[in-house]
Amino acid sequence: MEKELKVAALRNGTVIDHIPSDKVFKVFAILNLEKCTNQITIGNNLESKRMQSKGIIKVSERFLEEAETNKIALIAPNAKINIIKDYEVTEKRPLTLPKEMREIVQCPNPSCITNHQPVATVFSVQNGDNTISLKCRYCEKELKPEDVKLK
Amino acid sequence: MSNKSLVSITDYDRDDILSILSSAAEFEKNPNRKILDGKVVATLFFEPSTRTRLSFETAVIRLGGSIIGFSDAATSSSAKGETLHDTIQMVGSYADAIVMRHYLEGAARYASEVSPVPVVNAGDGANQHPSQTLLDLYSILKTQKKLERLNICLVGDLKYGRTVHSLIMAMSHFDPTFKFIAPEELKMPDEYKVFCRKNNIPFTESDELAGNFDDADILYMTRVQKERFRDLMEYERVKNVYTLRNDMLSESKPNLRILHPLPRVTEINPDVDANEKAYYFQQAQNGLYVRQAIMNRLINK
Ligand SMILES: [Zn+2]
Repeated sequence: MEKELKVAALRNGTVIDHIPSDKVFKVFAILNLEKCTNQITIGNNLESKRMQSKGIIKVSERFLEEAETNKIALIAPNAKINIIKDYEVTEKRPLTLPKEMREIVQCPNPSCITNHQPVATVFSVQNGDNTISLKCRYCEKELKPEDVKLK
Repeated sequence: MSNKSLVSITDYDRDDILSILSSAAEFEKNPNRKILDGKVVATLFFEPSTRTRLSFETAVIRLGGSIIGFSDAATSSSAKGETLHDTIQMVGSYADAIVMRHYLEGAARYASEVSPVPVVNAGDGANQHPSQTLLDLYSILKTQKKLERLNICLVGDLKYGRTVHSLIMAMSHFDPTFKFIAPEELKMPDEYKVFCRKNNIPFTESDELAGNFDDADILYMTRVQKERFRDLMEYERVKNVYTLRNDMLSESKPNLRILHPLPRVTEINPDVDANEKAYYFQQAQNGLYVRQAIMNRLINK
């Protein structure tokens, strides 16, 4: 299978699989991979049994920290993270949203201080019944994860 | 950062609120006490609000403290492009506390994080104005002799009116029942209804004012502003429907009191003013004692 082939091709690094196709580049951005000089393979619009169409990102020779991969939970909560060492999956990492997100999300409120002054954005993650929302520490406005704009 | 800052009403728990209210009662008995002797309070009003500024400044002066500051952004250093961070740092090195009003939401929270001295939020855009909420609570306590299990009717602009949102948060400690009366365009936002459900606070909604508050202990009126309406015809209709007149009070409870954060426009007909149930002018005066209690807590405790 194509997927196995790709995973097998990675010797050491991180594989992010089962990303919804329309979220692949958001995941790429949230992990700040534009600035990463390692080998990166991106596959998108791949066939998947579990979802309509999926994407996959493989970063070679880099083991993403939990704090980094947790950001993915915001935009692709069902993505699968595997850490590969010597061609083997050494860790299947569950996605859990961090309690607080610093400088990741932009506040959608045009009157918020963070959009006018050099102030780092801080959002706290609020867990409701079956829903999550983000609350701006400054203007105290809440937003849904699907409305999130990244910084 | 000073953890004594008062930015949002949710910074205070039930005990904090009750301690401010009992301290305010002491200041009402004797507002002239030199407990801030030698202290300097900065009032930084990046957006003008004469009513709020004079209330805070009187509170400080009656306690023997002194005032520095400015009353609008045009005369402040921010007009020259100085960041809020730098203004707060500078003022924080002169003053023992900062009272700040700003047109940007979250400005006070940020100031409290970078200030070496406590910050009181005297309004940050449409967000928070906690001293208003505390004086509302003080007025409720004073007129009802209790805060628990009251029937509170909120009327007018429930969508943008920050005072009603903060009042819901603050009253949530005291088992209230709410009625939200607003035109369709200005209905209570979902997040506050979700908050009520989560905290087991019963509420009902209506778009009809007349005859709808006969079981209320508190009738909290707010300003319905023209700018909020896309359709001016709708504004003209709503304006009249949401005007409280004296004849509408005939069936109300004897203990009912009418509150309004002031200034009012057309929401309360002047013929209500002489009714003993009208409490909005005393409410504004209560602001002085509550602000004395806040400044005392910030500087002396
Ligand atoms: Zn914000």
